[in-house]
Amino acid sequence: MREVAVLGIGQTKFGELWDRSFREIGIEAGLQSLVDAKLSSADLGGLFLGNMASGSLLEQEHIAPLILDYAGLAGRHLPAVRVEGGGASGALALHQGYLAVASGHYDYVVVGGAEKLTDVPDQTASQIINSTADHEWEVVFGATLPALWALVARRHMHLHGTTREQLARVAVHAHEMGSKNPNAHYRNRITLAQVLGAGPVAEPLGVFDCAPSSDGAAAVVLGPLETARKHTDTPIRIAASQVACDTMALQHRAELTSVGATVAAADRAFRQARRTPADVHVAEIDDSYTITALVGLEDLGFVERGKAGPEFASGRFGPGGRTPINTSGGLKAQGRPFGAVGVAQVVELVRQLRGEAGERQVAGATLGLAQDLGGTGATSVVHLLERVN
Amino acid sequence: MSIARFWRETPRRYNLGGSKCTNCGTVYFPPRPVCPACPRHRQSIEKMVPFQLTGKGEVISFTVVHDPAEGFEMQVPYVVALVKTDEGPILTGQVVDVDPGGVTIGLRVHGTFRKLREEGKAGVIHYGYKFAPDDPDDDRAARAAAAPVRADASSQDRATA
Repeated sequence: MREVAVLGIGQTKFGELWDRSFREIGIEAGLQSLVDAKLSSADLGGLFLGNMASGSLLEQEHIAPLILDYAGLAGRHLPAVRVEGGGASGALALHQGYLAVASGHYDYVVVGGAEKLTDVPDQTASQIINSTADHEWEVVFGATLPALWALVARRHMHLHGTTREQLARVAVHAHEMGSKNPNAHYRNRITLAQVLGAGPVAEPLGVFDCAPSSDGAAAVVLGPLETARKHTDTPIRIAASQVACDTMALQHRAELTSVGATVAAADRAFRQARRTPADVHVAEIDDSYTITALVGLEDLGFVERGKAGPEFASGRFGPGGRTPINTSGGLKAQGRPFGAVGVAQVVELVRQLRGEAGERQVAGATLGLAQDLGGTGATSVVHLLERVN
Repeated sequence: MSIARFWRETPRRYNLGGSKCTNCGTVYFPPRPVCPACPRHRQSIEKMVPFQLTGKGEVISFTVVHDPAEGFEMQVPYVVALVKTDEGPILTGQVVDVDPGGVTIGLRVHGTFRKLREEGKAGVIHYGYKFAPDDPDDDRAARAAAAPVRADASSQDRATA
């Protein structure tokens, strides 16, 4: 296996993109990443596309060749593969692209992630999102994805004394960072009182505890580290790429307040990179729901189990803190176009590690972590990225 | 959802039929073909036998849902809980016959057969288990707790959340 680097990045604006089609946003992000990598399409080996639900959202399956086609590459008959893993689809696609280059089978690949959630009514989008949980034994009995995370939240509060205010701070932070990101779905700051006063979705979670349904696309170009300097002055090495899975339903987990798949993926990733959580300078963590981020911080080893609430409230994960997270605004403010999320997380880390994150920049960041979940954590993907000097 | 897709799960959804690994004794709901707890999974193949849950258990977490799952629009706000059954498995289900404010972690409940949802006015009606508090002062709860969970006309009559 050879070392793999991120050579180029691309991303559309996230949000309610009424005037733009799925293929438009997919191609915009992909072409941006190719230009950024100074890569001729003649050198491209293939495309991996993370997408959760094009069939139910757009009545269009078989979308990988569609994007390849409209990117002008159909005549070269390149391989194009769609990858699906619920909310983790983008990160899973990145893992597949990483393996493809690391193995030597391909030299250069584009990994894209794209989702268009606003072409269906909100209620329909919610049902599709719920289908990332166990439909037969959770959703049929009245559970929704936010309701399942609310069950995790209530249990976390019961066991560890986590407070409603501590959950709310995750959303306040996300919007603070989103206000500094021109691509973000939401660029408005919100207050603790607004989060606490918002209408309930599934108690204790309210509207502002839940990431929105967004449209958006993101892409990266991967290639061998050994030739990376031909394409960029700041190659970003993929120091670890790990996927782990767990039971489909929350009710079958060994622990209700921990995502075992994240614990496993993080453990494998830190071993692969020979690093520890203390070495990480900046992280993009799944904050689909405020509780999701707090559980993630514990599962990734950044804080002791049960302590994420108070540690987050202390500012440790905010700007200027020890490990700033979700400088992009996270899923809550940058947006949640499912298949694009995992790729967009890595795009933000690359900006940070290159020193191109503008007013969101974490000074001197050289090691970044991305974590992306499917459903209530049946799939978890962890990547570590490192600036090579 | 097609009729067959719901109908084939009837023994589980109506009667809480689970399975038990005769190799290690662990009980599962819904039934599984392979035991995740056995150190060597293959030892459990062909050794999983049907096992009837009583439906008795305890709420270990709950939420009051305001943004409903499809088909539950008429029931909001409703309580969804994780119930740890006395036999071991944890089930996800609604808690009914109680004000949402009256549900707590630790509340003792029992399974009860109810209407879950209907697919529009002319569509399939889904039935299955929900949970109700074991309140000794509540006659209806006590009657339901005394009887096994089963599909019958009287339970259909009171099949609302």
